[in-house]
Amino acid sequence: MNAASLYIRRIGRVVINAAVHAGAMTIFALRLIAVAWVPFTRPRDLAQQIYAAGVLSLVIILVAGGFVGLVLGLQGYTILSSFNATESLGVMVALSLVRELGPVVTALLFAGRAGSSITAEIALMKTTEQLSALEMMAVDPIRRVMAPRLLASIIAVPILAAMFSFVGILGGYFIGVVVLEVDAASYWGQIAQQMDAFDDVMAGMIKAVAFGAVIALIAVFEGHYAEPTAKGMAQATTQTVVISSLAVLALDFVLTAVMFGT
Amino acid sequence: MHAHRYVELIVGLFVLAGAVVLMVMALSWTNFGASRVDGYRVIAKFDNVGGLTAKAPVKMSGLTIGRVESISMDPDTFEAVVVMQIRNEYDNIPTDTFANIYTAGLLGSQYIELSPGGSFDSLTDGDQITMTQSAFILESVISRFLFDRAQD
Repeated sequence: MNAASLYIRRIGRVVINAAVHAGAMTIFALRLIAVAWVPFTRPRDLAQQIYAAGVLSLVIILVAGGFVGLVLGLQGYTILSSFNATESLGVMVALSLVRELGPVVTALLFAGRAGSSITAEIALMKTTEQLSALEMMAVDPIRRVMAPRLLASIIAVPILAAMFSFVGILGGYFIGVVVLEVDAASYWGQIAQQMDAFDDVMAGMIKAVAFGAVIALIAVFEGHYAEPTAKGMAQATTQTVVISSLAVLALDFVLTAVMFGT
Repeated sequence: MHAHRYVELIVGLFVLAGAVVLMVMALSWTNFGASRVDGYRVIAKFDNVGGLTAKAPVKMSGLTIGRVESISMDPDTFEAVVVMQIRNEYDNIPTDTFANIYTAGLLGSQYIELSPGGSFDSLTDGDQITMTQSAFILESVISRFLFDRAQD
C-alpha cells in the first residue's frame, strides 16, 4: 500500500512539475511578447544584438547553405537523370531550399550558434546577480535585456534563411550547370516557372520568423530560470539547443501542414 | 563611439543584404508578376486539358507570350474552358490561330502553344480560339498504338 502510494506520488510530482514549468514559460513568454516592441526605442542596443546573433552567424550559414546546395544538386541530378528529367533540377533544388531546408537548417544552426550564447549570457548575468541589480535600480530586465534579444532573433533568422537559400540555389547551379552540364536556361526557367513569390518564398520567410521567435523565447527562458551554478548554466545551455531544435522541427511540421498541406 | 558606428554599419549592411537577397529571390527568380501580366484575355475550349494548370505558360514559336489565368468547366458541353492572358505587345495574333497543349520534355509540365493562322483579323479581349487540340495523354496514345498493332 505504502509502496504503491509512493509511486503514485512520484507520478503526481512529475506531472505537477511539468505543469508548473509550462505555466511559468507561458507567463514569461507573454510578458516578453508584451514588451517586444520596446527595443525599437533603443536602436543602438538592438543593433548590437542583431550583430551578435545575426552578423556573427553569417559565416556558418553561408558555408552550410553552399554545401547543402551542392549536395542537393548532386543528389537531385543522380535521381532526376534516371527519369531523364534533369531540366527540373533547378526547381527541385530551389523549392526544397526555399520551402524547407532554408528556414529549418538555418534555425537549427542558429539555435546552436546564437541560442546557446544567449542562454549562457543571461544565465551568467543571473548567476552574478546582474539581473537582480537591474531590478534593484527599477530597470525591468525583461524589457532591457530579454526583449532586444528576442527582437534581434526575429529580425536575423529570416535574413539568414534567405541568404542560406540564395547561396544554396547558387550552389545547386554550380554543380548542376557548371559541373554536370545541365542546361542553364532550363535550370533558371523551371525555377521561374514553378516557384511562387507568395506561396513559396513568403511561406518560407513566415516559417523563419516563427523559428526565430521560438528559439529566442526558449533561449531567454532557459537562461532566466537557470540554476545559478556552473552546472546549472551548463544544463541550461544544453537544454536550449535540445528543446529549440525539437521545437523548430515540430513547429515546421505544423506550419508545413497549415501552409502547404492541401 | 567608433565601435558603435562600426556595429551599426555592419548591421545596416546585413539587413540591407538580406532585403536584397529576399527581393531577388521573391521577385526575379519566381513567377512573380507573371500571374498578373498586363494583357488581354482570350479563351479556348479543350476536350481534355490533361495536366495543364493555372499560371502555365502560353507560347508562340517557343516564346512565352502569356499565362493561363484559370481553367473551369463549361456546364453545358463539359469542355474545359481555359482563360489565357496574353501580353498587350502581341496584339496581332490572327483569329484563326490554333491552340495546342504540349508537354515540355517527355514528362515535364504542360503549356499551351499557339500556331498562328493566316487571317488578317486579330484576336482581341474576350475572343475565343475555336481550333484547339487536346492534351497528349500518354495512356490513350499507347492503347491506340497497341490496338492498331493488334488489328494488323
